[in-house]
Amino acid sequence: MGKPLRILIAKPGLDGHDRGAKVVARALRDAGMEVIYAGLRQTPEMIVEAALQEDVDGIGLSILSGAHMTLVPKVLRGLREAGLEHVKVFVGGIIPDEDVPVLREMGVVGIFGPGSSTQAIVEFIRQQLAGS
Amino acid sequence: MELVTQALTGNRYALARLISLIEDDGPEARAALQTVYPHTGRAYVVGVTGAPGTGKSTLVNELAKLWRSRDTTVGIVAVDPSSPFSSGALLGDRVRMHDLVGDPGVFIRSMATRGHPGGLARATGDVVKVLDAAGFAIVLIETVGAGQAEVEIARTAHTVIVVEAPGLGDEVQALKAGLLEIADVLVVNKADRPGAAQTALALEMAVGRYAVNPGNQADGSWRPPILQTVALNGTGVPEVLEAIEKHRLYLHTTGRWAQREHMRARAELLSVLQQELLQLILTRVGEEQLQHLIRRIVAREIDAHSAAQTLLSLLEA
Repeated sequence: MGKPLRILIAKPGLDGHDRGAKVVARALRDAGMEVIYAGLRQTPEMIVEAALQEDVDGIGLSILSGAHMTLVPKVLRGLREAGLEHVKVFVGGIIPDEDVPVLREMGVVGIFGPGSSTQAIVEFIRQQLAGS
Repeated sequence: MELVTQALTGNRYALARLISLIEDDGPEARAALQTVYPHTGRAYVVGVTGAPGTGKSTLVNELAKLWRSRDTTVGIVAVDPSSPFSSGALLGDRVRMHDLVGDPGVFIRSMATRGHPGGLARATGDVVKVLDAAGFAIVLIETVGAGQAEVEIARTAHTVIVVEAPGLGDEVQALKAGLLEIADVLVVNKADRPGAAQTALALEMAVGRYAVNPGNQADGSWRPPILQTVALNGTGVPEVLEAIEKHRLYLHTTGRWAQREHMRARAELLSVLQQELLQLILTRVGEEQLQHLIRRIVAREIDAHSAAQTLLSLLEA
């Protein structure tokens, strides 16, 4: 048995809707991953620090507040500054279509809007993180 | 080893990677531990255990804050269970530890049990050594939500705090062996809820009669204090910290410290030996022979004890 993937699930920003983050956390757990659940109201700095201390392979950010274009770049920049550019970031929540290519350009590997199946998310993460 | 040197000289990401290396085990992990070990023995290790939902994480958060206000550095290892089916885990203790983020004097690491029984992960003791060697003055271990038999923390920590909450059971529960016996300090958390005084009283009676941690004086010279807290707002937490310091002093002044260290080393050696021996036997025997014996046990041709003897005799040959 190889080492399990470690994934941080966090909700940056101020909206309090954590159902989606919890559903994804549970699905990843059931897929055999070790999920560090950081919970609500995380600042980008808190997320980067948790990713560093927990030595995660990937980070899932759940954002429903519309603040993704501010928060995601901050997380990505923080990761680079901490020497964690290898950590894959995926985003879930309400992301308008026009923002998707911009986020991808920034380095987000996957974006999952409403209606995404947990199975698809699990498979995507496994593919993205194969070999880490 | 480069990674060890970096981890022990303040590189936090190297520290995180070293912990992963040790968690994932293997020859490199052993080499790393060999280098780490001479640097250990300075940290004071405090275990926090108790049933799920009693408020262990919140208490750990408050204790760490208090130590930080006294300029004492704190490493935290928070253990949560792995699923027996998927082997995945949801590690959620950080949710209660937001106050500690951004403080370079704190390092929090979540660990999954990865199938290890006893309330800790197999590598928890070794991860504690790494945090110790990295210079954290206090290492706090939070066990999985423990029932009555998850007592491995008693062999890993210098002071064990058992956290209870009102309404979890009657006096009979308090009389049962196990968790209560390993307590050096007992905390009734959520003391603002009804029934806290009764819970404290039931513990008082149980502790007076039975609980003697062999790591303390058998003559009962250390009686675990029973403290009431509301960890959520910090009420009573300074008293818990004071009790920990008192216990630490007690261990030193009575010579129990050396005895505990001896017990710890013995338990650790035996546990490593057990693992290594099992591995040795399984390698020698091979999967085919093992399967053959398992089939015979299932078919009631041989019992498990005799089968084990058969395997052991192979080892002697």
